[in-house]
Amino acid sequence: MKLSTFTPYTKSFRKAFLIIPFFVVIDVFCEIVQPRLMSIIVDDGILHKDINYILKIGLAMIGLAIVAIVANLCNIYYSAHASVGFATNLRTALFRKIQSFAFADTDYFSSASLTTRLTNDTNMMQQVMMMCLRMLLRAPLMMVFAIIFAVSINKDLSIVMAIALPILALSIFILLRKGLPFFIKMQQAVDRVNSVVQENLLNVRVVKAFVRQDFEKKKFDKVNFDLMDVATKASSIVVLIMPVMQLVMGLSLVAVTWFGGQKVMTGTLALGGLMSFLSYITQILISLMLLSLTFMMISRAIASGDRIEEVLEKQPSLTDTAEGLQNRYAITAGRIAFKQVTFRYNLQSEKPNLDNISFEVKPATTLAIIGGTGSGKSTLVQLIPRLYDVSEGAVLVDAIDVRNYQLQELRSQIAIVLQQNQLFSGTILENLKWGNEQATEEDIYAAARIACADDFIRSFPSGYQTLLGQGGVNVSGGQKQRICIARALLKKPKILIMDDSTSAVDIDTDRKIREGLKNYLQNTTLLIIAQRISSVMHADQILVMEEGRIVGSGSHDVLLQTNTSYQEIYQSQHLQKEEA
Amino acid sequence: MSTSNKSIPVSLPGPGSSRRIKNEKPQQGFKALWRLMRYLSSQRLMLLLILISLLLGTAGTLAGNYLLRPAINNYVLKKDIVGLGHIALVMIGIYIATGIFNMLQYRLTIKVAQKTISNLRNDLFDRMQYLPLQFYDTHQHGDLMSRFTNDMDTVSDALNNSITQLLISSITLLGTLALMLYISPILSIIALIMIPLMLYLAKLIINKSKSFFAANQAALGNANGYVEEMISGQKVVKVFGHENAAIEQFEQLNQVLREKATKAQFYSGMMMPLMANMSTINYALTTIAGGILVITRGFDLGGLTAFLQYARQFGRPVNEISSQYNSLQAALAGAERIFAVIDTAPESETIDPLPMPAPIQGQVTLSHVNFGYVPEKQVLFDIDIDVKPGQKIAFVGETGAGKSTIINLLPRFYPLLSGDILLDKTSIFKLDRNELRKKLSIVFQDTHLFTDTVMENIRYGRLTATDDEVIAAAKLAAADSFIMQLPQGYKTELTNDGANLSQGQRQLINIARATVANTPILILDEATSSIDTRTEIAIQEGIDRLMQDKTSFVIAHRLSTIRNADVICLIEKGRIAEFGSHVELLKQKGKYYRLYMGQFD
Ligand SMILES: Nc1ncnc2c1ncn2[C@@H]1O[C@H](COP(=O)(O)OP(=O)(O)OP(=O)(O)O)[C@@H](O)[C@H]1O
Ligand SMILES: Nc1ncnc2c1ncn2[C@@H]1O[C@H](COP(=O)(O)OP(=O)(O)OP(=O)(O)O)[C@@H](O)[C@H]1O
Ligand SMILES: [Mg+2]
Ligand SMILES: [Mg+2]
Repeated sequence: MKLSTFTPYTKSFRKAFLIIPFFVVIDVFCEIVQPRLMSIIVDDGILHKDINYILKIGLAMIGLAIVAIVANLCNIYYSAHASVGFATNLRTALFRKIQSFAFADTDYFSSASLTTRLTNDTNMMQQVMMMCLRMLLRAPLMMVFAIIFAVSINKDLSIVMAIALPILALSIFILLRKGLPFFIKMQQAVDRVNSVVQENLLNVRVVKAFVRQDFEKKKFDKVNFDLMDVATKASSIVVLIMPVMQLVMGLSLVAVTWFGGQKVMTGTLALGGLMSFLSYITQILISLMLLSLTFMMISRAIASGDRIEEVLEKQPSLTDTAEGLQNRYAITAGRIAFKQVTFRYNLQSEKPNLDNISFEVKPATTLAIIGGTGSGKSTLVQLIPRLYDVSEGAVLVDAIDVRNYQLQELRSQIAIVLQQNQLFSGTILENLKWGNEQATEEDIYAAARIACADDFIRSFPSGYQTLLGQGGVNVSGGQKQRICIARALLKKPKILIMDDSTSAVDIDTDRKIREGLKNYLQNTTLLIIAQRISSVMHADQILVMEEGRIVGSGSHDVLLQTNTSYQEIYQSQHLQKEEA
Repeated sequence: MSTSNKSIPVSLPGPGSSRRIKNEKPQQGFKALWRLMRYLSSQRLMLLLILISLLLGTAGTLAGNYLLRPAINNYVLKKDIVGLGHIALVMIGIYIATGIFNMLQYRLTIKVAQKTISNLRNDLFDRMQYLPLQFYDTHQHGDLMSRFTNDMDTVSDALNNSITQLLISSITLLGTLALMLYISPILSIIALIMIPLMLYLAKLIINKSKSFFAANQAALGNANGYVEEMISGQKVVKVFGHENAAIEQFEQLNQVLREKATKAQFYSGMMMPLMANMSTINYALTTIAGGILVITRGFDLGGLTAFLQYARQFGRPVNEISSQYNSLQAALAGAERIFAVIDTAPESETIDPLPMPAPIQGQVTLSHVNFGYVPEKQVLFDIDIDVKPGQKIAFVGETGAGKSTIINLLPRFYPLLSGDILLDKTSIFKLDRNELRKKLSIVFQDTHLFTDTVMENIRYGRLTATDDEVIAAAKLAAADSFIMQLPQGYKTELTNDGANLSQGQRQLINIARATVANTPILILDEATSSIDTRTEIAIQEGIDRLMQDKTSFVIAHRLSTIRNADVICLIEKGRIAEFGSHVELLKQKGKYYRLYMGQFD
C-alpha cells in the first residue's frame, strides 16, 4: 500500500488535518495538568484547610474540563468529517473506476469481491483514519511529555525506558508484519462468503425447486469456516501485542523500582522523585496501549488499502483510443462492415469463436442473423459497440474502425437489446429512462407502444410506477423482454441490434413489434438475431452462421434456393405445416 | 498505579450498526443483546475459561501494582536491598504470569467471538434458504450480502471487546462504590450527585448514536445493494452508456451514507472524552464539598483524603461502561439487521404432512385455482385442469397470460387465493413441501447456473447421479457435443451464472439438469426458447421418450414443440380460453388455430 495512492482523497480535508493537532494539544495539556491539580487540591488545599484555595483550584479544574470537552468535540467533529469524507471519496473513486472496467477486468476481481472492496474495505479505511486522527498525535504527545518529565527527574533511570521502548517497537513491528498476510487472506475469505451468498440469492428458485438447501449450506459452511479460521488466526497474532507490551512495561516498572530503590537507598534520588518517575512510566504505558491499538487497526487497514489500491490502479483493458479521443468522429449513417474479423474470448484457445467474418450492411437496411446454438451470433453483434475488441481484422461503422470512435459516441448511437437482458430495482419508468434520461412521457409511451409494452404496463395497479425487483423478477419473461426493447428504442439509435429479443414473446406480438419497428426507425440500421424463419425472412439480407463462420448470406429467397443450412432450418420449422 | 489492562479493547472493531426503523426502543436493543448472549452461551466451557483467565489477569495486574507500595515502604525506606531483590523477583513472576493469563484471555475471547459470529452467519444463511420467494423478490441482493459482511463486523466488534470490557468495568465499579460507601456514606452521596446527570447525558448520546448507526448500516446496505446490482448488470450499463448516470446515482447514495456515518461517528466519538471530563468535574465538586465539610464540620481529614483517592478511581469505570455500552449499542444495531432476516417467517411448514402417495402415479389436478402475487392484482382465475398420469399438457398463450405462474404454483412457491392443487388426489398443501418438490424437476424460463464445472452443474439435478448418467442426460439434451468442445469438456468451470456460454447452451445445460433428476413430473417453461430449431428437433425426440412415463407440463411459444401434447391449454388473461388436443383445437378454428397458422407466414 502506497500512501500516495490515498492522499488525493484527503485533499478536501486539508483544513481538518491542520486544525486537529491544535485541539489535540489543548486536550493533552488539560489531561496532563488535571492530575497535577488533583494532587495540589488535596495536598495544599485540604491539608491546609484553605477554602479559597480549594475553590480556586476546583474551579480551575472545572474550567479546564470544560475547555477539554470543547476541544474534544471540535476534534471529533473534524475527525468524523475528515475520516468519513475520506471513505466517501474512496468509494466514489472506486465506483468510478469500476464503471470504466471492461468485462475482463470485472471477471478478474469478481463482482462479489468488488462489492466487498467498495464497502467493507473502505469502512476499514474510515475507521483507521478516525483512529489515527484521534490517537496518532495524541498518544505520542502524551508519551513525549511523560518522557521529558521522566528524564528531567533522573537520566540514569531513563535508560530503562531507552531499552524497553525499542524492544517494544520491534515486537509490535514483528507481530504486525506476521499478521498482515492473514488480514489479506481474511478479506479474501470475506469475498468468498459474499460470492456464495450472491449466487445463492441469484439461483434461489433452482435451489428451492431441487430442494438443494442442505447442499448449499455445505457450500456456505466451508467458506464460513475458512473465514472464521483465518479471522481467528489474524486476530490472535496481532492481539499478542497487548500482553507483550504489558509484560515489557511491567518489567520496566520492576527495573525502575530495583535501580531507583537502590538510588534512593544511597540517597542519589529522592523518594518523591522515584514515585513520580513510576507514575510517568504508567503514563507512557497507557499512551503506548492506545498507540498499539492504533497500529493493530492500521495493520488491518493496510490489507484493505492494498485491495482498494489494486482496483484503483488496474488499467481498464478496453478504453478510448488516442485516435478516438482526438478525432471525435460521429456516427451519421449507420453503415456497418466487418473486415476479416476473427475473435477469441480466450486468447489461448485454438479455435476462434468468430472466424474470418466479413460482411457489410448498408445504412437503414435490415440484416438478420440466424444460426445454430453457440454459433457466435451474440458474439458477433457485441463487437459492434465494442463490448469486446476484435482479435484480428476490423469492425467499421460508417467506414471508420470502431476503435477510432469515442466509446461514448459509439455506444450512444448503437442500441443493443441483449439476449440475456436485465432490468434493475426501481420503477418501470426509471428502467425505461436508461434509454434516454431526457425522454418525455410521450416519448416513453410511444416507445412502449412500439414494443407492445404499453398495454400491459398500464394494466398493472401502479402502471409505469410499478416497482421491479432486482433483475425484473416480478414481470413475466415476455414482459421483461418488451420493457427491454422499449428501453433500447428510447435511445433512437442509428443502429439497433436485437439479439433474440422476442424469444419469450408470442408470435402475434412478435409480428406486431416488427411491424411497429419499421415505421418507428426509418433511418436506423437494424440487426436482428432470431431463431424463427418468420422473423428473419423479410430482412434485406440474412447471414447464416455455423460454428463461428458465415456459411451463407443473401435474401430469403436466394438462401432458400442455394443454402443447405438455411434449407434445413426452414424445413425444421415447416415440417408440421403440411401436416396441419 | 493504574496500569490495568481494563480499557483496552481486544480486537479490531468494525463500524456501527442497524435497520431502517429510526428510533429503536431500548427493549429491542436488550433483546438483541440477550440473543447474542444466547449464542455465546453455547460455549460455556470456553466462557468459563475466559472468565477465570480474565480474573487472574486483572488480579495479577492489580497485585503487581499493589506490591510497589510495600516494596518502597518496607524495603527501599528501610534500605533492605535483599528484601527489595526478593520482592522484585516476586513482581517479575507476577507480571509474567499476568502476561500469560492476559494472552490466554485475549486469544480465547477471539476464538469464542469468531466461533459465535460464524454460528450467526450460518443461522442467517440457513434461514435465507427457507424464506418465501416474495422476500427475495423485494430485497436487493447486495443489501442482504451486506448483512453477512458489514453488519457481522459490528457484531464481531461487540463480541470481541465490548462485552468482556463491560464485565470488568462493572466489577471494578461495584468494588469502588462499595469502598466509598464504607468510608463515608455522606460523601458518597455528594460524589454521586453528578452521576444522574452523567447517565442522562450518556443516554442522550447513546440514543442518538444508536439511531445514526442504525441509519448508517441501512445506508451501507443500500449502497452495497446498488453497487452489486450495477456490477452484475455491467453489460447493460455499458450498452446504454449508463456509466455516468450510475455514478451520479451512486454519489447520491454515497452522500446519504456519508451524512449518517458522520453523525454516527461524531456522536459515538464524543462519549469517552465527555464522560472523562465530567468525572473530573465531579471529582472537583466532591473535593470542594469535602473540603468545606472538613473545615466547617470538622470532618475527618484522613478519611477525606482516602475517600478522594477512590472518588478519583471511580470515574474510570463509569467512563468505560458508558463508552463500551455505547459501542455495544451501535453493534447491536447491526445485530438487529441480522436478526430481522433470521426472524422473517420461513415458508410455512406443513403440520402433520400426509404421507406422499407411493408410488406416484402423477395425476395433477388444479381445482378452481385463483391466485395473485399481490392482493391488488389477481393473475389466475378459476383454473380447473385435470392432468392424468403420464399425460403431457401444454400451456400456450400471450406473454403475461399467467403460464409461468401456473407452473410456479406446483412446487408451492406461492400460496393460493382459493382452490386447491392435488397430486394423486392429495392436496399438495397437505404434503411435506420438500418431498413434493423432490417429485418435480423444473426448467425455468430464466436460466440459472452455478460457479462450478459443467458436470456438477448438471448433477445438481440429482446429486447421486454418476458421471455416466450425467453424460447420458447431456446427450439427451443435445448438450454433449458442445460440451466436448469446451476447453476442459465436462470439467470446464462455468463462471458468473454461465456467462461464458451462449444463451442456448445455458438452456441445454438447464434441460440436462432437469432430465438427470428423473422425477415423475417434468416441467419445462420455455426451455428451448433460445435454442435453434434444428437442435430443438434433435432434443425433442429424447425429451418425448423421457416424458413417456412422466406427467409433464410444457410451455412454449413455438407451437411445433407442443403439437403432440395430450392436451393443450390456451391461457388468456389468467383464464383458460381453449382446451383440447392439437387436432381438436385446430378444428375449433379459434385463437389457437390462428396462432398456429400464424407462425408459417
Ligand atoms: N414474482 C411476481 N410478482 C408479481 N407479479 C408477477 C410475478 N411474476 C409474474 N407476475 C405477473 O403475473 C402475470 C403473469 O405472469 P407469468 O410469468 O405467469 O406470464 P407468462 O404467461 O409466463 O408470460 P411469458 O410468456 O411472458 O413468460 C404478469 O402480469 C406478471 O407481470
Ligand atoms: N464470455 C465468454 N467467454 C468464453 N466463451 C464464450 C463467452 N461467451 C460465449 N462464449 C462461447 O462462444 C461461442 C459463441 O457464443 P455466442 O453467445 O455468440 O453464441 P450464439 O450464436 O449467440 O448462441 P445462442 O443462439 O445460443 O445465443 C459459444 O461456443 C460459447 O460457448
Ligand atoms: Mg446468443
Ligand atoms: Mg413465463
